[in-house]
Amino acid sequence: MNAETGISGALAQRTPDERLAGIIKLAVMAVGGQGGGVLTGWIESLARAQGYACQATSVAGVAQRTGATIYYVEMAPKEEGQPDPVFSLAPASGDVDILIAAEMMEAGRAIMRGFVTPDRTTLIASTHRALAVSEKMAPGDGIADADEVRAAAEIAAARVIMGDMEQAAVQQGSVISASLFGALAGSGTLPFERTAFEDAIRASGKGVEASLRAFAAGYEAAQNPEDGDAPSAQPQAKPGTGAKGPDAALKKWEALAARANALPAPVAEMALPGLRKVVNFQDADYGAAYLDRIETILARDSAEKGHELTREAAKYVANAMAYDDIIRVADLKTRARRFDRIRTEMGAGDGQVLHLTEFLHPRAEEIAGMLPARMGARIEADPKWMARLDRWFNKGRRMRTDSLRAFVMLYVVGGLKGWRLKTHRHAIEVAHLDRWLETALAHLPDRYGMAIEIIRCRRLIKGYSDTHARGLSKFDRVLEGAALVAGRKDGPGWVARLREAALQDEEGTALDGALNTIRSFV
Amino acid sequence: MAERSFKAEVAHLRKGDGDTFTGEGILALTKALLENGVGYVGGYQGAPISHLMDVLADAEDLMSELDVRFEANASEAAAAAMLAASVHYPIRGAVTFKGSVGINVASDALANLASSGVNGGALVIVGEDYGEGSSIMQERSHAFAMKSQFWLLDPRPNLRSIVKAVGDGFELSEASNTPVMLMVRIRACHVTGSFATRDNKRPNLSVRDALSNPQKDFSRVVLPPMSYMHEQDKVKKRWPAAGKYIMEHGLNERFGPEQSRIGIICQGGMYNGVVRALQRLGLADIYGQTDIPIYCLNVTYPLVRDEFMAFAEGKEAVLVIEEGQPEFIEQQLGSMLYRAGSTVKLHGKDMLPLAGEYTGQVMLDGVAAFLKEHASDMLPGAVLAPNEPKPEIPDLSGTVPIRPPGFCTGCPERPIFAAMKLVQQELGQHQISGDIGCHLFASLPPFEIGGQTMGYGLGPASNAAFDGGGERRAISILGDGGFWHNGLSSSIGNMVFNKSDSVAIIVDNYYSAATGGQDILSSRAQNDTKSTNNPISKALKGVGVEWVRQIDRTYDVPKMREVIHEALTTEYDGPKVIVASSECMLNRQRREKPLKKKAIADGRRVEAPRFGVDEDVCTGDHACIRLSGCPSLSLKTLDDPLRDDPVASIDQTCVGCGNCGEVADAAVLCPSFYRADVVHNPAGFERWWAGKRKAVIGWLQARRDARRLDVTEVA
Repeated sequence: MNAETGISGALAQRTPDERLAGIIKLAVMAVGGQGGGVLTGWIESLARAQGYACQATSVAGVAQRTGATIYYVEMAPKEEGQPDPVFSLAPASGDVDILIAAEMMEAGRAIMRGFVTPDRTTLIASTHRALAVSEKMAPGDGIADADEVRAAAEIAAARVIMGDMEQAAVQQGSVISASLFGALAGSGTLPFERTAFEDAIRASGKGVEASLRAFAAGYEAAQNPEDGDAPSAQPQAKPGTGAKGPDAALKKWEALAARANALPAPVAEMALPGLRKVVNFQDADYGAAYLDRIETILARDSAEKGHELTREAAKYVANAMAYDDIIRVADLKTRARRFDRIRTEMGAGDGQVLHLTEFLHPRAEEIAGMLPARMGARIEADPKWMARLDRWFNKGRRMRTDSLRAFVMLYVVGGLKGWRLKTHRHAIEVAHLDRWLETALAHLPDRYGMAIEIIRCRRLIKGYSDTHARGLSKFDRVLEGAALVAGRKDGPGWVARLREAALQDEEGTALDGALNTIRSFV
Repeated sequence: MAERSFKAEVAHLRKGDGDTFTGEGILALTKALLENGVGYVGGYQGAPISHLMDVLADAEDLMSELDVRFEANASEAAAAAMLAASVHYPIRGAVTFKGSVGINVASDALANLASSGVNGGALVIVGEDYGEGSSIMQERSHAFAMKSQFWLLDPRPNLRSIVKAVGDGFELSEASNTPVMLMVRIRACHVTGSFATRDNKRPNLSVRDALSNPQKDFSRVVLPPMSYMHEQDKVKKRWPAAGKYIMEHGLNERFGPEQSRIGIICQGGMYNGVVRALQRLGLADIYGQTDIPIYCLNVTYPLVRDEFMAFAEGKEAVLVIEEGQPEFIEQQLGSMLYRAGSTVKLHGKDMLPLAGEYTGQVMLDGVAAFLKEHASDMLPGAVLAPNEPKPEIPDLSGTVPIRPPGFCTGCPERPIFAAMKLVQQELGQHQISGDIGCHLFASLPPFEIGGQTMGYGLGPASNAAFDGGGERRAISILGDGGFWHNGLSSSIGNMVFNKSDSVAIIVDNYYSAATGGQDILSSRAQNDTKSTNNPISKALKGVGVEWVRQIDRTYDVPKMREVIHEALTTEYDGPKVIVASSECMLNRQRREKPLKKKAIADGRRVEAPRFGVDEDVCTGDHACIRLSGCPSLSLKTLDDPLRDDPVASIDQTCVGCGNCGEVADAAVLCPSFYRADVVHNPAGFERWWAGKRKAVIGWLQARRDARRLDVTEVA
């Protein structure tokens, strides 16, 4: 079929048997449960129907539920009066003509195992991701870089056909095996007509119509493969886009938006979404307070550095000001837009009723946080009161927000915005915010890098209850570490490293390690 | 109800003379048994021969028509013991299980069987679970054949050869009064192909008829002095008889030219790989016509000296291709050459790796190395001096994550381990012993529960050293499959007898789930040919466990946590056993999905639950995933410049098991989870009332929206 490289390459020229080159070797690398067996079955029956000798093998899905699996097919034209060819039962590195990867990282795995080589392999890969547990469980962003696999594929494969085959199939109410079969047909790598492929699906007799639709989608995707450099630039948002509300408030918003837009461009780019976030969280006045903070920081920032500090602050101050309290959750849970979104996502039509159950578990801290600042602080300091609140409130609550009772309860809580700024929780958040900004800005003007890194540490604070507490403690520990290296030239680098370490695991083991390293040299 | 139904394929088993069968290896094996007049079959499921058990179960009707008895044995030991029927009676019997663990379990019966010897052909079909995709420790079944004098067949991995091996196996067994093992590797079990079928044959003597005329002969009983005679009989009669039969019937095959300086000796199972290597070296054609002589051992034990010496005659060097370690065959062949004073150079593990699967590359490198040393003239130039540089492909080893198997979407075992993780967060880390089964996935992230596994049904037994109790009680896990296989006596009985102060958690998912969802004693399904619905908790009480807690919905994480907590802290110092029961979701979906679909189509009221995450509420800390790992609970990167970390997201594969919500509640995680139940075909009143509620809610929402400033960016 193709010239080969390395050991096998030279041999192909000397081989006395031309027919060997006629063997088509096809491997499917999938995640258990993706229907790799169905795909393999189709390929096999297609080849046999077209007068080919064909052999398929697999390591079946038993005890392989979500693990990586391989299916392997070899085929060659049948010759009258000849026995079956001797086929291999497993793919060999450097010896695969067609590699179908049913997931992006499986394409990467195929490349790593040498099943994709530039002299011969057509790589048909679905670009969607089925995240591995190790990618999902990191408290930060542990998702593997698909672009690296894409880049490697361009080098490793003779031809690359990529597209989101999962989406193509799901949109047609089918599964990925059908769209991949379509992509295989569309790739033209097998010497069979499209109708022969479709006949194989028909012959299997199960979910034929949906499979054929997904097949067509996959076929199209292979004929017009995805452009690797899809534009990622966001269109610049115009001020005021999508603002709704009473006229007076809209006027205020326009003024705020104009104020944000007047900031230096890199700052405005972040301050505008930040402003939206805090205004949605509370109101226009709160938005003004946000801009005040940003402008204060801007005044101490440096244009030479491109206002990087203020840009980062615009991001993290917005996140800090729009903290997660009961009012915000209740508000978000009762919005009309959310109800519409869920109906669409769940595919609930007009003739169907949708029940919606929320899983809430308020603790004493949340209740105390809702009280007026001084009273809340007093109660929180009193273990007896906290125990009492826990007894009253601390239990899992399932609220049916499609029912009137539960909806109204949450609706009322969600409407307590006017009360929010007087609460204990708000006082805590403001105090923390001020302390954090103060710590960061104290490094100005000489230690600009340190200031930025401290601002970025706000990323560590997230989640609710225990997770939130853990985030706070990591934040504190990173800041402690930062204080140790504040005077050093490589200080900012160390703070960044501490932050990344803190996001690696739940318990903060990596962070402890990094802190110990710092302590060893300071 | 097994994971895969072979009802449709079983029709092919009725094919007769002149027909062609096309399909999978395991089906071919079943067909071959029927063609060879087998009288009884049995076995125990486990990869890679689980599907063989499923085929047999689905073919039960056909088999009873032919007077063939089928047993789904309680364990491999029970399966091997069943072959006792062939000791006295001239009835052919076959059982199947996986190697090497199944053979370990069955070893007592197998060794006794081998000592007694057989009258009717006795065949053990071993699915050798070795190499990529294997789920067990990497060992060879070969050693067992050698130590007990069991003959071992390892046919070439194509349907014709596998089918032929079944017939050969029975005949060899009868000719030498020795049981025979037929070994098929993982891929050979699932390899597809064709063979010409023959008519099915009724057994010469059915087990039913045999019962009418019972036979015994105390010289076959393994007791002294007969056992000493058995040993002599093995080496003096059975072994030579086997060698003679193997030679006379040409069970081993020779390929390629008669005369050559060199030759290759391989296990039958390695044949295709060897030929592929030769094909790639330009030394074999597409049909396997080779320039290098191959002596293909379809019988890997016993080796036939005369046959091998004839092959080695006149050669300078031979290469033995033998997968796995130790290199039993190579050692034996070496000894034969040495004793004959031969000068033939023997290669094998000096040119091929000592351990690990012989993949295409390994085989190519090994064969090329052998040829380079002894027949470099046969090799093309580029092999001797490769000059084409290999392209630089970026290293992805730091990028591509490992993907070990894990719990399925909606698995009822996940909440058990989430609860255990929560209990340990409170009480500290415990000594935990795992067992074989899906639940062993708990030892992987995100749960990382359980530090060892000693064998099927041995979870609690492997914590026996800690039975005396201590500051924190030891915990062990046992599956329902393992419980009935061996656990009831070896683990639970052991705990009771030794007054164990530890905790055992029995994961009851209604099936032998990890092997493909076969029914077992405690399965809840109605099974026409088997007795099901025998509760585990009753068996526990029966053997004297006093502290038993039955949980009938594992998804109730708070309850699960409470019960585990109680077991770990109670004053009671005897064995504490928790039976955590919920149906395997894979099987449940397979059963319920078609019914639900039909009900919706028929206009009946159906609730379809699914979970979701409010992405505005989720803060991206992924605590929920660290207590779940569900494939449908994944991450999504938001198009929001203010967010650094991806948020949790649930895709359309969610089956609405409820674990997410329960965990969020039990661990007090976050309020971002919701469950949406779509009610299909709601009744009149329900629909009317939902409409009213929707109207009121809509009015309230519109009211607030009109008053608030909403600056959400709309695309």
